[in-house]
Amino acid sequence: MKKKFKLEDLDCANCAQKMEDAIKKIDGVTDASVNFMMQKMTIEADDDKFDEIMDQVRETISKVEPDCRIIM
Amino acid sequence: MGSLTKKQKNTFLRIIVTFVLLAGLIVCEHLGVFGELPWWALTLIFLVPYAIIGYDIVIKAVKNIARGQVFDENFLMLVATVAAFCIGEYSEAAAVMLFYQVGELFQSYAVGKARRSITDLMDIVPEYANIEWDGEIKQVDPDDVEVGDIIVIKPGERIPLDAVVTAGESMIDTAALTGESVPRRAAPGTELVSGCINVSGTLKAQVTKAFEDSTVTRILELVENASSKKAHVENFITRFAKVYTPAVTAGAVLLAVIPPLFDGNWGEWIARACTFLVISCPCALVISVPLGFFGGIGAASRAGVLVKGGNYLEAVSKLDTIVFDKTGTLTKGEFRVNDIRPAGCTKEELLETAALAECFSDHPIAVSVREAYGKSVDPARVANSGETAGHGVTAEVEGRQVLLGNMKLMRANGITAEPLDCAGTVIYAAADGAYLGAIVISDGIKDGSAEAIKALKAAGAKRTVMLTGDRKPEAEAVGAQLGIDEVYPELLPVDKVNAVEKLLSEGGRLAFAGDGINDAPVLARADVGIAMGSMGSDAAIEAADIVIMDDDLRKIPTVMRIASKTMRIVRENIVFALAVKAIVLVLGALGIANMWLAVFADVGVAVIAILNSMRTLRTK
Repeated sequence: MKKKFKLEDLDCANCAQKMEDAIKKIDGVTDASVNFMMQKMTIEADDDKFDEIMDQVRETISKVEPDCRIIM
Repeated sequence: MGSLTKKQKNTFLRIIVTFVLLAGLIVCEHLGVFGELPWWALTLIFLVPYAIIGYDIVIKAVKNIARGQVFDENFLMLVATVAAFCIGEYSEAAAVMLFYQVGELFQSYAVGKARRSITDLMDIVPEYANIEWDGEIKQVDPDDVEVGDIIVIKPGERIPLDAVVTAGESMIDTAALTGESVPRRAAPGTELVSGCINVSGTLKAQVTKAFEDSTVTRILELVENASSKKAHVENFITRFAKVYTPAVTAGAVLLAVIPPLFDGNWGEWIARACTFLVISCPCALVISVPLGFFGGIGAASRAGVLVKGGNYLEAVSKLDTIVFDKTGTLTKGEFRVNDIRPAGCTKEELLETAALAECFSDHPIAVSVREAYGKSVDPARVANSGETAGHGVTAEVEGRQVLLGNMKLMRANGITAEPLDCAGTVIYAAADGAYLGAIVISDGIKDGSAEAIKALKAAGAKRTVMLTGDRKPEAEAVGAQLGIDEVYPELLPVDKVNAVEKLLSEGGRLAFAGDGINDAPVLARADVGIAMGSMGSDAAIEAADIVIMDDDLRKIPTVMRIASKTMRIVRENIVFALAVKAIVLVLGALGIANMWLAVFADVGVAVIAILNSMRTLRTK
């Protein structure tokens, strides 16, 4: 399943890259991209574990950039 | 300030409070109010504004250290300011943090603004679709509309999905997609492209594509993904950024440790090292360079040109050879029969035989022959028809073996035909080995083609080349009329790839412009593949690197101008940022630059570079 999310307060291009790298390493994520310019994140992951994976993604994001939030 | 996010408003408030507090404290310091206080009391006093303005940075820095991310700008700011406290520069420590935050806020605001002005350009997403259901009109999410549904588009509304008009007449404004300001007419049978605006009348239309496959969705995806295809400069900056911070930090450590071993003046050298740490973030480059490319891509999409990535914009700025496919690119691609020269039969007979032989072909020439014939052709009269690319067609028409094609086809079949030397495509016809005559077909040059070629030269293209399957006289006539430097005539589709390969081997950057129908391999082979007039054509959008949404060749010089301006701005930013940082680093090491100047070199330069990058958006 592939899903797109909007991000708020993603302020640094460097952090976007760091987030992307970290999210790609999460187990079950096939592909991920964090687009700094569009403030968007695309995640491709296993269907059945998607919610679980999203929790981990949220955690990863707040680790890299505590202010950044995912708008559902 | 209405457009600030919650976080930005919060930072803004903290900046004001800190500014007032710090200004008061500095005045007190100068009036000698704190004259007799011990160092720890002064530290505590200045820690108040420092904590208000910098608590989030301190928290982030500590968290990052815990995870081993030492070269993080938050951490470096923390080290720099803590060091400033240690050497007794209390007001500087708090002020540096304050100005750092001001810069960060301004930077985030500028990026947000740039981002918004780009996304506004791309504001082509329809919010709803009117669907007709049991005679009632309902507003639904475009995502929920299915192929085959009938949608109603009222005047002023955006066309939500690709559809075909079933009832009503109107004018359609395609400006958001093509940059073309003249509205197009729509009547029953017209294909509507999603994202365009219905101007005058109410239309009913049958949906042909689901929302996710509709033009509007595909275009948006293309533009959004464009920032992931990075130009060399962007990759260079990413690599540079990785080296820069550790290098400057190492420089700071050396500066703080080595010289004092000789002169013992620890405080002074630590202060100088702090200025290094403040300049150690490559933010100006990391943000402004991608932003510049993004702005360039945005400006191009406003002009009705999709650029699939920063790398292609970079390539376009360096183009020196532009290769065109003739038919459908330089010319209209609409063939008309101009002359009929029978030999031993009447004009009507010749045309009828030709129309019958061509009745299964979709080639533009075949279509024009059938059009000229005017009457409907009965396919039952034709058997065993076949097409040889670059030669013509063969068919059995009412038992007669008919050949229809160029001179090569005639010669290959041992038919003597007198070659006609006139402008246009000549097709020769023969039946049962006897020559029947020739039909001359020509294709009109597109409006603005000659102008586009001239503008390309002005924009920096050194060499223009035309590839065509046409005969030499026709090809050269068109080439001369347009002012094209080189003409490669009589090419089969395979030869076009070879011709481009040969031109590529001669060096320089090469772009190929074609309509994307038969030339996908060439589009892919060229440094930059430009597809023309492909509003809605999947094949062309897939194969090309740059898609010109309407048919206008003059958009190619426009893209070249946008590309050159983008590259110039990106280079300006790189040179400016590096130069300022280098100068401040040197001055800092010599003890001439203080922390204030270092903060300017860090965030001030970033803000200036961002503002400069935003100029790419305004390229016409």
